[in-house]
Amino acid sequence: MVDSTAQTPAVGQFDHGSLKVTSPRLKKRWAAEFRLKLYGILALSAAAFALVALLGSVVINASKALTETYVTSEVTIDPEVIGVTADAPPEEIGRAEFGNLVDEMIEAKFPMASGRSAKRELDELISGGASFELADKVAANPSLIGETVTFDFLASDTTDLYLKGEFGALSDEGAEGLLSVSEGEDGTLTLSTSSNDFTEALKQVKTHLYEVAESLRTKADRQQNAVEVYTQRAEAAETEDDRQRQLDSAERARDNRDELLAEADMLEERAAGASGAEQVDDDNISILINAGGGWLRLTEVNRASGKAEMLTRVDLPIENSSDWTLYTSALPESERAISDRQIAWIETLKADGKTESVFNTRLFTAADSRAPELAGIKGALIGSLWTMLVTFSLAFPIGVLGAIYLEEFAPKNRFTNFIEVNINNLAAVPSIVFGLLGLAVFINVVGVPRSAPLAGGIVLALMTLPTIIIASRAAIRAVPPSIRDAALGVGASNTQASFHHVLPLAMPGILTGTIIGMAQALGETAPLIMIGMVAFIVDAPTGITDSATVLPVQVFRWSDFPERAFEAKTAAAICVLLIFLVLMNLIAIILRRRFERRW
Amino acid sequence: MYDAPTLERTVAKDDIKFAARKVQVYYGDTHAIKDVDVDIEDKTVTAFIGPSGCGKSTFLRCLNRMNDTIDVCRVEGDIYLDGEDIYDKRVDPVQLRAKVGMVFQKPNPFPKSIYDNVAYGPKIHGMAKNKAELDEIVEKALRRGAIWDEVKDRLDAPGTGLSGGQQQRLCIARAVATEPEVLLMDEPCSALDPIATAQVEELIDELRQNYSVVIVTHSMQQAARVSQKTAFFHLGDLVEFGETGHIFTNPEDERTESYITGRIG
Repeated sequence: MVDSTAQTPAVGQFDHGSLKVTSPRLKKRWAAEFRLKLYGILALSAAAFALVALLGSVVINASKALTETYVTSEVTIDPEVIGVTADAPPEEIGRAEFGNLVDEMIEAKFPMASGRSAKRELDELISGGASFELADKVAANPSLIGETVTFDFLASDTTDLYLKGEFGALSDEGAEGLLSVSEGEDGTLTLSTSSNDFTEALKQVKTHLYEVAESLRTKADRQQNAVEVYTQRAEAAETEDDRQRQLDSAERARDNRDELLAEADMLEERAAGASGAEQVDDDNISILINAGGGWLRLTEVNRASGKAEMLTRVDLPIENSSDWTLYTSALPESERAISDRQIAWIETLKADGKTESVFNTRLFTAADSRAPELAGIKGALIGSLWTMLVTFSLAFPIGVLGAIYLEEFAPKNRFTNFIEVNINNLAAVPSIVFGLLGLAVFINVVGVPRSAPLAGGIVLALMTLPTIIIASRAAIRAVPPSIRDAALGVGASNTQASFHHVLPLAMPGILTGTIIGMAQALGETAPLIMIGMVAFIVDAPTGITDSATVLPVQVFRWSDFPERAFEAKTAAAICVLLIFLVLMNLIAIILRRRFERRW
Repeated sequence: MYDAPTLERTVAKDDIKFAARKVQVYYGDTHAIKDVDVDIEDKTVTAFIGPSGCGKSTFLRCLNRMNDTIDVCRVEGDIYLDGEDIYDKRVDPVQLRAKVGMVFQKPNPFPKSIYDNVAYGPKIHGMAKNKAELDEIVEKALRRGAIWDEVKDRLDAPGTGLSGGQQQRLCIARAVATEPEVLLMDEPCSALDPIATAQVEELIDELRQNYSVVIVTHSMQQAARVSQKTAFFHLGDLVEFGETGHIFTNPEDERTESYITGRIG
């Protein structure tokens, strides 16, 4: 220290050095600035990536809901099947047994499907809604009864999803050799090819066996752990009874383990077998053959031969035919919602050009339904609109007037301070609490109808109010005081100054706040569930007192449904919600521009 | 040294418009104006001068009760306009402000059209029965504001689109549109360039024919040019009040002399 003071130059003699050489201090500063920029860019990139990933996954999922599938077929409207005649009143025709007609139509296409379960699987190809649509058509034109008409039957969700590749498309394994199929005495079909066409399929079957064996061994490991635990407990047991019980448990686990291991050994042995034929059950991959105008499923497979069963009618015998295709489906039949039989039927319909995919207008024109192919968002959309209408017409005037009062007229005292603090606190109250309030006060005490947009709107208005008040106050405060002075200076009263000058200038800010609040309300789920807007509503509400649901609640409900097809519907509903939010922001921007350009 | 114009101006009338007696103003605990007694004459330009923070703007704002809008501000003493106490409980400040117009330091036209700027006051006071009458009032006000020729072709254009000097004259036109009897001007030229300042000063001189004008200014030259009476404020006290020529050439108080010669302030 002492030394350095001796060397320190006098004040005003700081050495700045050459301008051409950047000083180390400055270099550090630049580096810090560069790092800061880098962090900013990184943060932005991460956010952008998250946004793109989110939007991408939603949009990709939603795109599956954009089309729906129809099965086109001729159908004879047989009065005996539907149970009404052409002279019956239209209402009765609308209620007639068209379901049977639709079932018979599809069953007639695949006469091989006999037996209850086969028929049920067949009927599942067509949506339950198809019969209603046919009924509506016939009811509108009773002269069709007895006629044969061509009608587009709405396909069921499984058919639709299969055609969109949701259950794993069939993969074409190619077929080089010539196929021969012959029917044995007992009805089993024996296949053979002239080259080893089934080698690849056999390999997949064996791979699958290995995988199953692997998972069995994992389970066996777990049993082994159990054995050890029980043995330890037995050693530590204090009474003979307890010890015996633990030993028994250990014994049972040991047996389980041995069983699993034995099964795994067996499977691996089968898989390792060099050339033996392999059984294919429905836990293994599906091997399907399209030949002779129909579909076969292999039940036993070897390199160039196999046994099969018929899925759809195949003209037998086939001898040295080159016109055949081998398909495999990696997903075992037992793990998908669609059976091999159904795949064969759908593929047949598709090959015949009977299926058609069209834009899904139903998504926007139908209300909720348990059947995914019939479900639409119209009900939720209209429910949302009604709710927003109530919210806006309550929250906007109250919020803006409250803000004006607090900003322009209220005396500054403890009471107004208290109110101010509480408004700020309200903005941070969890929305579910507002739902509870709505349930307890508005529904139970005031008697607002349950599940109605009125109740939802009131609750959301409460939730939005603080946002609007805070934003409006900020906007009003941002108006230069000179404008207020000018108005007061020419003799305007406080009210006139506020409403003629301050409010119009604050409007852009107020609108922005309002729209942010409304957007928040539009996406709100929890309080609405609380007040029962989670109901299953099949009709669009026609007013603010009808039972209704809203878009985010619909999304929530659909995401909870087990049917696979609702996944796409959920994503589609989310997209619509997002589009609405974007539209609202757009309106906010347009309004803002308009107000700003007014003069 | 300041070369004051010694031109003696004749004061047309001796009518007292404003009479302030023992006026005290407090901002919270701060005593901003102390014991100010002043008589402001009709058809006269009275200038308030003094260093920053001396209370001249505060006192000006007392004259049309603009201080009412400031919560912590408290006014004591009596201010009479034509013999009526303006701080009387029965006096509505809104009515007072229609009678005592004000022009502010920064031009503050409403973000509306030029026409609407001027028409706003007459409209809210119900001075026009129909559009034609309103048009007439607006034209008259804009002519008095000496800006008519510049804006007569674009009355629908936004007032905020005018130049600074034009905006200030528009504000003056707006203030005179309500036919006030007194016009208060709080440093009306501080945001203007010398040419615009000259225009506004000329205008003030013309306005004197009809109004009593009170102007707060930082520029002693301006006070000397436009006013007949001058009041010098210092630290909340009214130090000296009298004929402008007298104040500038022969100040009685030491502080006044120091200020006008540039030693303090």
